[in-house]
Amino acid sequence: MVTLSDYAGLQPAWCPGCGNFGILKALNKALVELEIEPHQLLLVSGIGQSGKLPHYSRGNVFNSLHGRPVSPAIGAKVANPELVVIAVSGDGDGYGEGGNHFIHAARRNHNITYLVHNNQVYGLTKGQASPTSDAGFVTKTTPYGAANPVNPISLAIVSGASFVARGFAGDAEHLAGLIKKGIAHKGFSLIDILQPCVSFNHKNTFQWYRERVYKLDDTRGYTPGDKKAALEKALEWGEKIPIGVIYEEDLPVYEDQLPTLRRGSLVTQKIDPKRAEELFAEFL
Amino acid sequence: MPVDFNFMVGGEAGQGVQSVGFLLAKVFARGGYHVFADQDYESRIRGGHNFFRIRVSKSRVGAITRDVDILIALNRDSIELHQDELTDDSVVIFDGEKIMDIGDNGNFFSMPLEKLAEEEAGGKLMTNTVALGAALALVDYDLEILNRVLVEHFGKGKIADSNIAAARAGYEYARTGYKGKVRRLRAVPDAERMLLTGNEAISLGAIAAGCKFMSAYPMTPASSIMEYIAAKSEEFGMVMVHTEDEIAAINMAIGAGYAGVRAMTATSGSGFCLMVEGLGMAGITETPVVIIDAQRPGPAVGLPTRTEQGDLQFVLHAHHGDFPRAILAPATIEDAFWVTVRAFNWAEKYQLPVIVLTDHHLASSYATVNPFDLSQVTIDRGLLFSEKELEPAEYLRHRVTKSGISPRAFPGLSKALVVTDCDEHDEEGHLTEDAGERTAQVKKRLRKMFGLKQEIAQPQIYGHQRADTTLIGWGSTYAAIREAVDILRKEGASVNLLHLNELWPFPAEAVDDALGTAHNSYVIESNATGQLARLIKAETGKDVSGKILKFDGRPFTPAYIVEAVRKEGC
Repeated sequence: MVTLSDYAGLQPAWCPGCGNFGILKALNKALVELEIEPHQLLLVSGIGQSGKLPHYSRGNVFNSLHGRPVSPAIGAKVANPELVVIAVSGDGDGYGEGGNHFIHAARRNHNITYLVHNNQVYGLTKGQASPTSDAGFVTKTTPYGAANPVNPISLAIVSGASFVARGFAGDAEHLAGLIKKGIAHKGFSLIDILQPCVSFNHKNTFQWYRERVYKLDDTRGYTPGDKKAALEKALEWGEKIPIGVIYEEDLPVYEDQLPTLRRGSLVTQKIDPKRAEELFAEFL
Repeated sequence: MPVDFNFMVGGEAGQGVQSVGFLLAKVFARGGYHVFADQDYESRIRGGHNFFRIRVSKSRVGAITRDVDILIALNRDSIELHQDELTDDSVVIFDGEKIMDIGDNGNFFSMPLEKLAEEEAGGKLMTNTVALGAALALVDYDLEILNRVLVEHFGKGKIADSNIAAARAGYEYARTGYKGKVRRLRAVPDAERMLLTGNEAISLGAIAAGCKFMSAYPMTPASSIMEYIAAKSEEFGMVMVHTEDEIAAINMAIGAGYAGVRAMTATSGSGFCLMVEGLGMAGITETPVVIIDAQRPGPAVGLPTRTEQGDLQFVLHAHHGDFPRAILAPATIEDAFWVTVRAFNWAEKYQLPVIVLTDHHLASSYATVNPFDLSQVTIDRGLLFSEKELEPAEYLRHRVTKSGISPRAFPGLSKALVVTDCDEHDEEGHLTEDAGERTAQVKKRLRKMFGLKQEIAQPQIYGHQRADTTLIGWGSTYAAIREAVDILRKEGASVNLLHLNELWPFPAEAVDDALGTAHNSYVIESNATGQLARLIKAETGKDVSGKILKFDGRPFTPAYIVEAVRKEGC
């Protein structure tokens, strides 16, 4: 039986009160409830405060470069589809530096789960604007206010992601449910997580979010299978911010389309140099 | 009399230059000849001027020569732009009804290529095959060999039949119509040889070495590797992912390598620019990855469809910080196969990035080689974690060892947790800022170079061990320099060749020794500044006495080297 103690990692070095604690708690809870053992799990992170999360949980860990966690996560998933692969990123990491990988991972529908700690500010480099900072957000690098933000939810939907959700670090219980659904979903699952930064974002605080977020699960008549309705929901931001599964669809999964993987994972396939001889005839 | 015969096929993109060139190479390879062929094309899909040179010999050849014996000119440019390559004995096959004012006299053999294609083979698309048939008649070659190759190439059916008819029409017309001297190239049964490009040799090497994963983004001249691997992936249990960019390509390959399979990517110089960040990630996470850099002239887009050896200093120094890497540069198409096999072994044994430096010339030229002896392919996956030796809970991915090599475990294949980080990390793989742990990890990684240095091959010496003049080359120029050495030695000069196909870790002692005895030492490189000369200086403290450099995007010919060496003095 898997318990929370299996997921007790290193002591976090995050600021006291950081939204990341809620995410860590929710992730560990989801993993325990899904009875995934740490050795079956691969956590791939990038750089930023989010990038440290895998060290504070437990599992196989590949802490990669800034903006790149999605790519090594895909490489590992293709090599060994048995692994539960979760890429962990932040708004600067995933939507700025790694924006292109995000779009194409969604489009190809790789079977990985993508958690993005979205605090709308750069934490590790101390308070600069991020791609999701609200328009007008004044920081040292945006003295005249930040430009329009990226909308990760609508971007994911139009890029072809088959599971798009938004969670809130201040509601770990709800977030754990979303992470469980994301892991269970076959295909690329984005979970954008509203994560208050207590040190550098004094606008989008716990309180600011608490006053605005509402759960889609409670909204009567909302079904995440309708792309148009999902896009409409994705555009809601300001007075009311929806959290929950915004879009979900069964789409062909990249790894399932590869005939090679139907015979088993790449890591278990034998190396036989002599077989190359079968190719010689075409050159003779 | 040794046979050394050169065909050239010239025309615009879309006229079938490539297919006639390839078929010519193939029919002579089938007839027991050694063949070397290169392609010169522009970065466009239609129009322009393209040509394909095919050298046919009774002995091993690996370079192109300047003089053309038979030129198949599918357009006017093919005649006008190649005047310098024509000799008094050259024959030019052309269509006098299309290319006027050339006249049909002496060595210019005009024949109605297009008309024959339309009348005998059902369409002017077959014009190139008519010319091919004519060329074979001019050397009295067995047309049956071509017919068999055409059926294999196009598959049984209408297209093959039309091509056979076209070839026969051209052959018959030339046999009766051509009044000049026929130089016989008879098919002689000999050992069966493979005809393949450098990229095909690399692809076969990767498959033989057990590469299971490739991720890449198309870029000339590397693209045909990803295409070949993709085509064979199902049959050979591999996956090839066409990524959104080169950044994703190298990062995915590293992810697959971390997960436990042999993984590679392939690109050219400016694609490698995008991979530089990932190179360092392979370095610090100690993840095996093989990177093929098929060089082309830079900087930036440079000359997209031409050749250069301009990336040596770049791949040597790419990324910040100190970490080990290996750099290999195949000398010939045959060597490309073996170098690729070695690259995969070293990448895993030493857990580092291995860069294979080829170039457009090697990547896209064809050569005949004996079928690779696969019993000589060894697979060395390096030190691996074993549950028999260690409790999974005790496993440390980056354990500090004397050799610098820490046994690898693979995620999910045991209970051992495999933790690694692009940040500096402790032995377990978790990020650390501890000064002692940082120092220990850097030293551990660099120690891997000692082992690798023991494995690096000594440079090849061609000719006598000691000579007055030593020519020094690396990578794809080997055959051209070797032939230049032969020519110069026949003239009585004391010349040898020191050639490197394993460049890093640098075999400094051997190069130092060779430089110590020669009066003259000239590097011969396809770049503008003598990048190998700089490496030699850095590693041995010695200056070469001269540099023979070519950076016009075209490959060296033996004659070019001979002339340059004579000018420098030998």
